Amino acid sequence: MMGIYLTGAILIGSALFLNRHRGWNYLLVTAFVLLQWALTIHVWTHRDRTDLVYFTPDALAVLFLTTLSVISVPAFWHSYRYFASDKEIPRERSIYFAAMVVLLAALSAAYLSNHIAITWIFVELTTLSASALIYHRRNVRTLEGTWKYVFVCSISITLVFIGILLLTMGVQEAGFSDLSYTSLAARAGLFNTFWLKLAFLFIFTGFTVKAGLVPMYTAGIDAKDKAPSPAGALFSSVLIMVGFLGIFRVYAIISHTEIFPWAGRILFISGFLSVFVATVYMLRVKNFKRMFAYSSVEHIGLVTLGLAAGGVGYYAAILHIVLHSFAKSAMFFQVGQVYRIYKSKSIYDAGDYFRFNPAGAMVLLAGFFVITAMPPSGLFISEFLLFSALFAGGHFALLAAVLLLLTVIIWCFGKNIFKILFIKPVGFDEGSVESIPPVESLSQYVLLAGVVYLGFFPPGVFVNLINHAIGLLPK
Amino acid sequence: MTNILLILFVISLVHMGLSKRLNTYTAVLAFQGILLFGVAFIELIQINVPNLLFVLLETIGFKTIAIPWFLNYVIRRNKITRESEPFLPDFISVVIVTTIIIGSFLLSNAIRDTHVRKILFVAALSALFTGLYFIISRKKIITHVMGFLVIENGVFVLSLAVGAEMPLLVNIGILLDIFASVFLLGVFVNKIGDVLQDQDVDQLRNLKD
Repeated sequence: MMGIYLTGAILIGSALFLNRHRGWNYLLVTAFVLLQWALTIHVWTHRDRTDLVYFTPDALAVLFLTTLSVISVPAFWHSYRYFASDKEIPRERSIYFAAMVVLLAALSAAYLSNHIAITWIFVELTTLSASALIYHRRNVRTLEGTWKYVFVCSISITLVFIGILLLTMGVQEAGFSDLSYTSLAARAGLFNTFWLKLAFLFIFTGFTVKAGLVPMYTAGIDAKDKAPSPAGALFSSVLIMVGFLGIFRVYAIISHTEIFPWAGRILFISGFLSVFVATVYMLRVKNFKRMFAYSSVEHIGLVTLGLAAGGVGYYAAILHIVLHSFAKSAMFFQVGQVYRIYKSKSIYDAGDYFRFNPAGAMVLLAGFFVITAMPPSGLFISEFLLFSALFAGGHFALLAAVLLLLTVIIWCFGKNIFKILFIKPVGFDEGSVESIPPVESLSQYVLLAGVVYLGFFPPGVFVNLINHAIGLLPK
Repeated sequence: MTNILLILFVISLVHMGLSKRLNTYTAVLAFQGILLFGVAFIELIQINVPNLLFVLLETIGFKTIAIPWFLNYVIRRNKITRESEPFLPDFISVVIVTTIIIGSFLLSNAIRDTHVRKILFVAALSALFTGLYFIISRKKIITHVMGFLVIENGVFVLSLAVGAEMPLLVNIGILLDIFASVFLLGVFVNKIGDVLQDQDVDQLRNLKD
């Protein structure tokens, strides 16, 4: 199935690139969505069975792949709306959809891969396709965003490669040559910890660019800001997950060795600094799309803290990243509509949103409660579990600091969102406002409802998947 | 022999830290390509022939000829002035590069692994951090790309340390090298050169909060 999927994705991607006809474009995109879902269903029925040598759908991969397939449907639908409401240049449209298809296929393959070098190749591919999406509008600002993203990603991906090479040195010293995750985890005890430490540092630093953690988060912020909002939704949900996955896999290998506490400390530092940096920028950010991008940095920082805390924190981390993907992609889809009304991303230019688009305004309001993890948001459950893990681990000072920072973030979020929703904008010409049909907000309601549902009434199969995924880590 | 080549490689990094003209940078990059060709030839002689040919072709054809030529072409086409405009004076630059080399030397002394040749490790780490230093300390966008190419050369040396037993990794590293360089330079020559008149990083300061 993996062979069919990858061949199909390449064929559809190149057909989209070459074909500029509108009807054909959407037909091909539909074909890709069907292919994506076929793969997802196949993976559910063939769990833990290796396909095409390098692809094994374990529990974490199945969970992430399903999330990706769910989010891909509204992403394509909103891309369609994006082109319908804006000037539609056939060449730009075909490149856009081709890049999105390649991005989703590369992400799916990276989730499913069981070999560290294969993961790396597909993560490299996401850089290429993502930069085509960022450059979509073809002006100086997007050029700047693209250049920074490409450059920082190239360096980071090189760092990951150095990490893999260092890991290989350890592998050779230990006397084997298989770089698949299961083999590495099984023989982790044989490693020289010096190589393992160096390898972890490089691989972790490299993957933070995709995950959006300190130190390499910067490029991702510009990318999410400058890309069209459906693409931004993908960057802040499924692309973040691939970075997390890369870190998680290596962390799972390290968990079988004596340097596990040391690696945990690295995660603590990076996670806390991410929350801190996100707070500082949220205080002064004036562009609401960037505000949501910084909120992603905060959430992934919390996920990292959960992973480092251990115990129930593992469960909370996986739950949090999945729920965050649904919530944040919904917010980005909505940001696209806000932009269409005000033609600006500045908080000063937007306001009184309830009057222009009530359905969308309800999404923003509900999304505010969901994303700041107030009950009934599912994120409340995951954050609660996460904080109890920190408490149980005895990290009281850290917990207090994080809670304080989160309070500041909620305040910033509230201030800006309520400004957009209720306060009249100054000097805004109401005559030329585009009316947006309520049906465009439907996908966001579904995604936000999904966050509440998965948080409070998680289906047994969902809980099972998470428990299997964290089975790789010690109790 | 490998040792001599690698020592020359590290010296070329110091020379790069000293020099001010962009032409010198491209010349040093070409020279490093030749050195890497020699190291790869000695280190990988026992792997199978097509693989070896691929590696050698990459070092000579790509690193020594294509990339420096392309860089010169970009510099001429975009009328980039030949000064590299570092933020720091040369003396400090040399001190920093030397510190980096000594640091990598000390770090590699911590290795108690008899399996790995430390000199490869020292050369690779020096190139990595020197490349990062060039990226931080130079003002032009094109010198950022050159810093990245130095990093890539370092990665190539490091991949040789494991390459004899795992040629797959060397090949992947080379593909990364070609892919990323072509991609970066392609974006540069097609877009940035056309859109921005003055190619230094001050032009890329609009996205912020």
